[in-house]
Amino acid sequence: MTETVLDVRDLAISLCDGPTPVAAVEGVNFSINRGEVFGLVGESGCGKSLCALALAGLLKAPMAISGGQILLEGRDLATLPPREMRHLRGNKVSMIFQEPMTALNPLMTVGDQIGEMFVLHRGLTARAARMKAIEALEQVQVSSPERRINAYPHQLSGGMRQRVMIAIALACDPALLIADEPTTALDVTIQAEIVELVLDLCRARGTAVMMISHDLGLVARICNRVAVMYAGQIVEQRSAGDIFTAPAHPYTRGLVDALPRLGRRLERGQERLTEIGGVVPAIRDFPQGCRFAPRCGRVTPECRAAPVSMTDLNKGGRVRCLHHV
Amino acid sequence: MKAGANLYVGGGIILLIAVLAIFAPLIAPYDPVTSANLMYAEEPPGAQFWLGTDEQGRDIFSRMVYGARISLFIGLAVQVMNTAIGVSLGLSAGYIGGWWDEMVQGLTNLMLSIPTIVFALALMAILGPGLLSLLIALGMTDWAYSCRISRAQVLTQKSLNYVQSARTMGFGPLHVMFRELLPNIAGPLIVVATMGVGSAIMAEASLSFLGLGVVPPNPSWGGMLSSAREQLMVAPWVAIFPGLALFAAVLGFNLLGDGLRDLLDPHGKGRK
Repeated sequence: MTETVLDVRDLAISLCDGPTPVAAVEGVNFSINRGEVFGLVGESGCGKSLCALALAGLLKAPMAISGGQILLEGRDLATLPPREMRHLRGNKVSMIFQEPMTALNPLMTVGDQIGEMFVLHRGLTARAARMKAIEALEQVQVSSPERRINAYPHQLSGGMRQRVMIAIALACDPALLIADEPTTALDVTIQAEIVELVLDLCRARGTAVMMISHDLGLVARICNRVAVMYAGQIVEQRSAGDIFTAPAHPYTRGLVDALPRLGRRLERGQERLTEIGGVVPAIRDFPQGCRFAPRCGRVTPECRAAPVSMTDLNKGGRVRCLHHV
Repeated sequence: MKAGANLYVGGGIILLIAVLAIFAPLIAPYDPVTSANLMYAEEPPGAQFWLGTDEQGRDIFSRMVYGARISLFIGLAVQVMNTAIGVSLGLSAGYIGGWWDEMVQGLTNLMLSIPTIVFALALMAILGPGLLSLLIALGMTDWAYSCRISRAQVLTQKSLNYVQSARTMGFGPLHVMFRELLPNIAGPLIVVATMGVGSAIMAEASLSFLGLGVVPPNPSWGGMLSSAREQLMVAPWVAIFPGLALFAAVLGFNLLGDGLRDLLDPHGKGRK
């Protein structure tokens, strides 16, 4: 039986620096099951990272959660007091970032940084935490962990640092791991290794993973289900296979068409990759109706008239479009 | 000047003064207070009294060696207090922000607008002369620079991922401020604090010169200068040597601060 770890209902995040709050993200609904890998894709500025920060309770003013629920194992994180939220962070919800170069404290040995997690969340002594840190480094496949534990971050390569980050993030067996573009800053050859490592460790522990990325190829390969975000809304949510073979939303179709694929040029006889014209509208300039309307090829007057809601697709999944495929 | 020379010259001067201060009873040939003997008043420097004697016949070298204890102790203690206050305020203001930041900044500007010595004078007038009041008066009035610098450093550091990731892993604000941020901004703060010791020694001397610092007959460089004022024409050595000591101490701390800055600042490494 599948057990829901995270259930996000109607999440809205607003920018509250003007006279009236402006919704930067709204109507976000998704859930992640135990051991599942859920992908959140979209271009820069569409609200992916805001969602991730909201889940970790780390939104900074002027951004704030303005509605909805974030249920982690049944507890609503959106209304949790900061002290309890802090206790959950690192313990139940963990996060890895895209920049392993700066994500570690440059003045502490990696052993101390991993060990701190056990001291903080498990109440271990420094000595016991050190042993656990060695174990944790071993699990992320760092060679000779007894020696590496005394290394400072600048002595390690980017891939090594990201492994250390993973060790820190998974130290306390969190229920949910948020991976915010964990491989963007790494060499292509190391990207695959790191992703495999994260997936293996999470599968073994039953940790749910929310993979935030704009790398569609990566998401297609590793995720079970995928949500595509555009301008602060989820526009399509499907199983990973379907979303790439038969995208329903014109935006998703645009994204998939913009992907270079081996041999495709020959197949279709086209000269260049298709792009989506225009740019994502700014938060304050979101259109009244469908937010993708200004850039959409299938737009009709009714698209612009009123906000579009999510509809169920026959083949499973949901889409936010009046004229979906 | 060759890179690193500042550090060694400054460090050397401070080390010399520190050795004199620590081993004062072994080094000083006479007692600084009870050796008064009017038969030997205002002797010029010579074999018996290396640096001469003052108007009460006390050996100037001995008094200077004991005076180094006061100067060094006050300088260091005052700077520890100032740095503790300044860094705590600056660190929290930069990290927490909001109304607290506004308030700390206002207070810092207020402190900067009043000359330290005037503020300290006013406090001394209220507290009365003595070592403890001197510590309080100087230790609470010169923290504005360390506050500003730590705040500015925190602002540049706090957006870096390691701070964000520490928060993500569930560490509280105190841990993030003192365990993550403080070590990473310590470089510039050490420089400011070192140079501040020089100004604190100077401030102590000024207050003692005005009769508000160390109570006579206890030897302090400022106090010695003050009582030497009247014999400046007949016995200039009474003023010259404590003045030189003061000069050397302040120069020493400033050179040390400069040297530390060159050492700790990664951008300065390639520069001549």
